[in-house]
Order: sequence, then C-alpha cells, then structure tokens
Amino acid sequence: MARQMTGARMVVQALKDQGVDTVFGYPGGAVLPIYDEIFQQNDIQHILVRHEQGAVHAAEGYARSTGKPGVVLVTSGPGATNAVTGLADALLDSIPIVVLTGQVPTFLIGTDGFQEADTVGITRPCTKHNWLVKETDRLPGILHEAFHVATAGRPGPVLVDIPKDVQFATGTYTAPVKGGSKRYQPQVKGDMTEINELVEALESAKKPIFYTGGGVINSGGAASQLLRELVEATGAPITSTLMGLGAYPGTGKNWLGMLGMHGLYEANMAMHDCDLLIAVGARFDDRITGRTDAFSPHSVKAHIDIDPSSINKVIRVDIPIVGDVAHVLEDMLKVWKSRGRKMNREALTKWWAQIDKWRAVDCLQFRNSDKIIKPQHALQRLEALTKDRDRYITTEVGQHQMWAAQYLTFDEPKRWMTSGGLGTMGYGFPASIGVQMAHRDALVINVAGEASWMMNMQELGTAMQFRLPVKQFILNNERLGMVRQWQQLLHGERYSSSWSESLPDFVKLAEAFGAKGIQCSDPADLDDAIMEMVNHDGPVVFDCLVEKHENCFPMIPSGEPHNKMLLGDAAATDAIQGAGAALV
Amino acid sequence: MNALQIKKGSTKHSAYNLRPTFSDVEEAHTLAVLVDNEAGVLARVIGLFSGRGYNIDSLTVAEVDHTGHLSRITIVTRGTPQVIEQIKAQLGRIVPVHRVHDLTVEGPAVERELALLKVAGAGDKRVEALRLADIFRASVVDSTLDSFVFEITGAPEKIDAFADLMRPLGLIEMARTGVAALSRGSDAYRQGG
Ligand SMILES: Cc1ncc(C[n+]2csc(CCOP(=O)(O)OP(=O)(O)O)c2C)c(N)n1
Ligand SMILES: [Mg+2]
Repeated sequence: MARQMTGARMVVQALKDQGVDTVFGYPGGAVLPIYDEIFQQNDIQHILVRHEQGAVHAAEGYARSTGKPGVVLVTSGPGATNAVTGLADALLDSIPIVVLTGQVPTFLIGTDGFQEADTVGITRPCTKHNWLVKETDRLPGILHEAFHVATAGRPGPVLVDIPKDVQFATGTYTAPVKGGSKRYQPQVKGDMTEINELVEALESAKKPIFYTGGGVINSGGAASQLLRELVEATGAPITSTLMGLGAYPGTGKNWLGMLGMHGLYEANMAMHDCDLLIAVGARFDDRITGRTDAFSPHSVKAHIDIDPSSINKVIRVDIPIVGDVAHVLEDMLKVWKSRGRKMNREALTKWWAQIDKWRAVDCLQFRNSDKIIKPQHALQRLEALTKDRDRYITTEVGQHQMWAAQYLTFDEPKRWMTSGGLGTMGYGFPASIGVQMAHRDALVINVAGEASWMMNMQELGTAMQFRLPVKQFILNNERLGMVRQWQQLLHGERYSSSWSESLPDFVKLAEAFGAKGIQCSDPADLDDAIMEMVNHDGPVVFDCLVEKHENCFPMIPSGEPHNKMLLGDAAATDAIQGAGAALV
Repeated sequence: MNALQIKKGSTKHSAYNLRPTFSDVEEAHTLAVLVDNEAGVLARVIGLFSGRGYNIDSLTVAEVDHTGHLSRITIVTRGTPQVIEQIKAQLGRIVPVHRVHDLTVEGPAVERELALLKVAGAGDKRVEALRLADIFRASVVDSTLDSFVFEITGAPEKIDAFADLMRPLGLIEMARTGVAALSRGSDAYRQGG
C-alpha cells in the first residue's frame, strides 16, 4: 500500500516493516529528522552508544547472536567516518548490518559543506554495497533492497546515505516486496554433479576431514543441524575456524578443536595429513592455511561456499560447490544415504587412531601456578563456572582472544562473537552490548585484554544507561600481549611500545561510571571472584591480573606449514626466520 | 604484479570450469561487463581492480540501453588464469553487475579501438605520413599547413603499428578510446537476463 510521508518517517516505517526492534546510533545535525521520528514511536528502541564505532560493533554483536541484521544510525561526516572500522570488520566477517548515515542536503553535496564527507566513496570498499539516496521517492525501495543485500547470499554490511533534504521531503512509501530485490539473487542450490562427486570421494576416503567456518553459522540453524548429522553419520573428524566455533558442538565426539595459527595440534596435523578435505563455509584465510604451497599437500579438496569468489582464491580445489551450506549439506546427505551410507570404515578407524595419538600430545597443557593467575587457568575456571548457563561470549583481539577460543567450549552456534577477519581491538565490549540487547536475560561475557578494552571503554556509559549487565572479563597482562609475543619470537626481544603504560585503576574506573569493579590477582580467590561477577545484576569490570609474559601456544609460525607447529615456550625462540618474518 | 600471487596448492587436476589450471603465465583477457547504469558503478569496478591489485590495460564504458539503464564496461586485463577467474568472480559479486563475459574464452570476438593522432611536420615526412595513413585506412579529420589529425579504427595492435610508424614522422599527440568488443555471430548478451 502506497502512502505519502516524509523521508524521515519512511526510514522508521521501513525499519518496522523489516522487523527491526533495535537501532544502535548516535545523533547529529544530518539525521535529526530521523531522530525526531524515532522519538515519536515505541516499536523501535534506540540505543545511544558513546562512539559510532561502538554502534557498529554492537550491531554486529546483535546480528551474530540472533541471525538478524543489525541496524545503525549515525550522522554525516565524523559520524560516518567513525563507523568505517565497524563496516570493514563486518565485511571481512560477513556480518549482515545496515548502516544509515545522514548526509548534507543534496544542494550542498560537493561544496565541502559542514560535516560533509564522501560517505559512499569512503565506504565503498568496506561495504557489500552502498547507496546515496537523492530522491525521497527512491528511499523506501533502496532501504528494502539494503536489507535484502545485507542478508541474502554471503551476508555483509551495507550503507544507505540519506541527505537531510531527502529526509524532510515528502514522497510515496512502498512496502517491501517478497523475495527481495530481483537484481540480487545469489545461487543457493549446489550443482548435483559436483555434490555426487563429493559423496563418492567421501565414501572412499581413508582420511577425510571437515573444515568448517563462519559460513555454516551464517547459513542458519538448519546448516548446523545438517552438519552435525553428516559428521555423526559418517564418523569423520571435524575442525573449524575461529569464526565457525559452535556450529558443531565443542563437546561433540568428532570435534578436533579449532585449526590455524593458534589452533590445536590434532586439528592442524589432521589437516596436513588428510586425503579428503571438505571445506564448508570457510575461506582458506592465511591464518588457517599457513604456507599455502605446503597446505594439506596430499588431499583432494572440496569447497562448499555461497560466494564463487571464495573458491580457488587462495587454495585450488578439486570439487567446487557454489551454494548455500544448508542446501548443499542437505543434498549431500540425501545422496550419501541413498547410495547406502558407505564409508571406508576400516580406514577411518586407523585415521582416528592416528588422530588420537596427536590428541595425546595434549597441546593445550600449560604450567599452572598457585601464586599468579595464568590466563589459560582463568579461562578454564570461567568455562567451568559458566558453561551450564545461557552464555554468550564476545572477545577483543590478542592473546586472550586465542586463549578464549582454545579453552572455552561452544556447543551451539551464535554463542561466540569475535573479530576474526579484521582483528579489531575494541570490538568485544560494544559487541557484548549488542548481544545483551538481543538476549536480555543471558549471561554475556566479553573476554578482553586490557589494551583492547580501552579502545572502546566509553561504552560503559551505554551499558549503564540501558541496564545491560555485560561482564567485562579483562585478562590484564599489562602488555599488548600478542604484539609482545611476536616481538619476542621475531624481533629479538625488543619490546617496542608493547607495554600497556599508565593503566587506569579498572575498579575505580568501573565505579566512576556507577558499575561494579572487581580485581583479582590470587589464584585462590579466582572462583569466588568469578562467581561474584556472574551473580552481580549489572555491568561488571573484572580486572584479572595475570602472568605478564605468558605466550600463546600452540602456534604455527608465519611462513610455515601445519605440521611445523610450536608447542611450547622452549621451542619458540627464533623459530620464525627468513621470508616468514615478513608475513603478518 | 598482482597482490594475489597464489602458489600452487593441490596436485589434483580437473576439468570443470570453476577449476582453472594453476599456471603462472599471464594472459590478456577482454571482459564485457553489463552493469546497471547508476552512480558509482564505475568506481566500484575500478576500485575492485586497484584494491585487489589487478591490472587494467584498457577500460571503456558507455550506456548501451537507455530504457533499461544498462551500461557496458569493456575491460582488457592481464593475469594468470586463476587471477582472471578471481577477477570475474569478484566482478560478479558487485551488486549492480548483471553479467560478466570473458570474450577471450567464450568464442571468437571482434575488438576495435578508435584513435586520434596528431602528426606535425613538413616536406617529405608530411607526404609519407599521408601515404601511410592511406594504407592503414586512417582518415584525415583536421589539417593545417604543418599538421594532420588522423582518425584510425581497428584492433589495438593495428593502432600500435600505425602509431609506431607515425612516431618518426612527427607524431606529437595521441588519444585512444580503449577497446570495444563484441562476440562474433548472431548470439548476443542480452540485457538483464
Ligand atoms: C585496532 C587495532 N590496533 C592494533 C592491533 C594490533 N594488535 C593485535 S593484538 C594487540 C595487542 C592487544 O593487547 P591486549 O588487548 O591487552 O590483549 P593481549 O594480547 O595482551 O591478550 C595489538 C596491538 C589490532 N589488532 N587492532
Ligand atoms: Mg594485554
């Protein structure tokens, strides 16, 4: 039904029609008409962040924990540029978010007007698509298309730039059409010839492995269910990227743990030695492959991905299948079952025996201490004390992030939110706010490093204002720990600017915002302190003083293949040499 | 060099179209890209090439269907087979891109370019320039007592050859349109579908 209304009202109407209940944002001159409309309704709640970067990460957290697109509203110029990091983050991690930016009126565009920035120009390379709306009549169509593009196919961030005069002017509103924009319809069904070929390869494989990624989670709940069924039925081992944790349960019996640079020994060794590698919604990132010319050298490789450009981008595959993970897995299961559920069971048993030998290395062991809290120990305790709760974890970026991935267990998808592709310090705190907004009664914990946390700590104001009881579990090593580790391994122990100097008193800092602060430095107090955090009905900043020089292992040094993992401190010094040192 | 230099991965070989042979030899390909004629679409295409480190030898763009708001971008690019495959896949991801055709592999195609060359000189050189222009079927579109502007159409190699000949004869300025290309025969890349 077409109706006359202002552009600003169209924005709110379109959000309602798209099922949006929460918008993260920050006002300014160029979006005041939209804020005026938000003020006059109650269906959509606006969460006022303290920095626009926080709004985008919060929207990412909301999106990743719900599967629905996250929505952001910010002003022109600095509002838009502050959102750029979040857009780049969401692009690399394929997170559906819709960012609405105000723009100077159309007649001022190009004049260097106050708070004018070329927002679509700046954000073109860090969005899946973006639009500058020049006529009010086009606004509703573009807004609906924006939601479609953000969520269809491989999800990603989109941005709609709306000049102020377009918001004020009146035009004709149109409701969303079913099925979304005609011009963007990614292929979801996989090619049956390829699927058959993959099933045949699976039936005869001696050493198969599933290598899964964020694409399984993005594909939706059915994809995770089908993956579980397929893995259980075939008996093949499964590993996952950082992005894909939870798609297959971390307590599942075929689970090898995360793979990659800081992945588990058994996972990386199995990837290296397998004869059939089935990549599902994963993109062979350099953190996963290590040295590409030595990556899984003996395997036939199949790749299921909805984005054709992911296939053969980094690693050449033998069986490429373009399609949505859930659709392809469903077909794959059907074919495999109809052909008689065949597997080379004898070989598989041997394969598991080999894997069990690698598992026996127990690569996550560390030397614990009763004097000082080891970060790994802190996470083991956090896991033990919270695993049975309705729990969501976000992280910042650094050593703590890798330890969180190693020592926490995820049995369900959408419970783990971390900046994988861009590695954005400052992601975790605002992301935890977005998650908590979507799951008001859940336990939401941000596993943080002190340095990362300070990059968006202003969001404590947001958490307080909206009574979001997010727990900030800071593993405080007073170091940019991951940087320090690389400097130790790669740069002759010259610790250039990797100290966290002049740290605040985190307890007082929390209290200054009206939040609760807890500090813990004695392993003997840790459990009680964690329970105090968990049981507090409100935001908590937990300053966990940990060992300052702990290194994160296992580790594949840059420029090395999977089977050249470092397991512990002794082996690590001077391990990265030559060309590897140039890699990041 | 492009940023995506990929070393050899698997040792397996195959015959499907998504499976490029991973050769290190660079090839030139002519791509026809049908796009919605909307603001920013050219910037998206060019940004893709610069952002990912791909080569552009030539690029032309113009609206080809006014009612359908469609433009055709013709790109001549160079790269190893897997880079060319990546370029096509990446182009295909751009929302306003309808179709990407690789004219180099999809059958015989004609490629034409137009160039304007200003040749200044007097005496024998001037006569020789005019004579060669005749052989190349270049036409004179402007002349003064000491200069000509030639217009020449043809495959890029023909224009290169003509320019090479004109250089010692007083070539002082040149403008080229870049390549426009169409497949031969009656099949057509229809708008939209
Ligand atoms: C915005 C941003 N700047 C710089 C980096 C590079 N970087 C990666 S990890 C790291 C140190 C993080 O320190 P902290 O948050 O204390 O975590 P830790 O490694 O000590 O656990 C840095 C500086 C980054 N990832 N993101
Ligand atoms: Mg730290």
